Amino acid sequence: MVSPAHYVALAVVLFVIGAIGVLVRRNAIVIFMCVELMLNAVNLAFVAFARLHGNLDGQVIAFFVMVVAASEVVVGLAILTSIFRTRKSASVDDANLLKY
Amino acid sequence: MTHPVVLAVGAAAATQSIAFWALAIGSVAAALGIVLARKAVHCAVLLALVMLTLAIMYAMQGAPFLAFVQVIVYTGAVLMLFLFVVMIVGVTSADSVIETIKGQRLAAGVAGIALLVLLSLIVGQAVIGPAAPGGPNFGSANVGAIATLIFTRYVFPFEVTSALLITAALGAMVLAHRERTSPKPSQRDLSIRRMASERPAPLPGPGTYARHNAVDMPALLPDGTAARLSVSAVMGVRVESGTAIAGPGEPASVAAPAQDENPPAGAAADTGDEEERW
Repeated sequence: MVSPAHYVALAVVLFVIGAIGVLVRRNAIVIFMCVELMLNAVNLAFVAFARLHGNLDGQVIAFFVMVVAASEVVVGLAILTSIFRTRKSASVDDANLLKY
Repeated sequence: MTHPVVLAVGAAAATQSIAFWALAIGSVAAALGIVLARKAVHCAVLLALVMLTLAIMYAMQGAPFLAFVQVIVYTGAVLMLFLFVVMIVGVTSADSVIETIKGQRLAAGVAGIALLVLLSLIVGQAVIGPAAPGGPNFGSANVGAIATLIFTRYVFPFEVTSALLITAALGAMVLAHRERTSPKPSQRDLSIRRMASERPAPLPGPGTYARHNAVDMPALLPDGTAARLSVSAVMGVRVESGTAIAGPGEPASVAAPAQDENPPAGAAADTGDEEERW
């Protein structure tokens, strides 16, 4: 029988993979995708907790997380295209004007 | 003799656990693929796979509304946006394998394992019992129950969400808007520029052969060599054998012999530039 603990464990694994991706990758688009992966993992945990407690608050919060993630992606990708337009690169190494 | 209802419940549980393990293994493999794949397009497709498996898992856990929202919002809207940006920023935007910070990957791996251990300990400490009896809220009445919650207890966050969405849309428009710094070239300007360039004629179209009709086949020059200008710079140039696509990292001269007298200036600069990046 699959218990909510299984889903939470899977959410932990997906979150960690997303975090490693954010740390390792240098293409800004892929970093963004890994952030989305982390958000999705947390959503999975929310849904599992909603099932665990038998009330729907977790699902509502997961829904709000989706809304916030969608608007975050819109703004983030717009920033990315404007950076790409000026720097001709999507690598986070090349956006270093504020470094020093 | 076992009661048929008990048998059915046992079968449902078995099906659910089979589905869970298949989806879990698939989603973890796809997530690892996102981290390991070098091309952004592959990452986007693998991310779509992860999101679809998660949508099925939501449905399995009694959240049909979230499952559909997941498919519509994530795989429908967010992934499309990602693919659009990958298209604008260029399919060439692959990660390099060279580490800019020494030992970054090792440190990231160690940090990731540490995070995994930490989170596993936290989750292991918590007592996560079996699921509470779901009731109709986790089935047929799910959408109605969520609507009731959103419009009663969560009505203020819901209203704030609308402000967030409007701000995000406005911000995206402002950020993606490009201010013209020079006047738009008229048709006259364009034609003068073209006549002044070394090639007043249009670029040659791609070649179509008996075995391939893809646009990445170069046209052949009279002496049988490939015309490099006939293929878009984004696609590598195929040699006449039709087997090898010149990798973007390889110098293009391997595929296209020195035949080409005036290669596009941009393309030549690009290959030199991007050699490290690929």
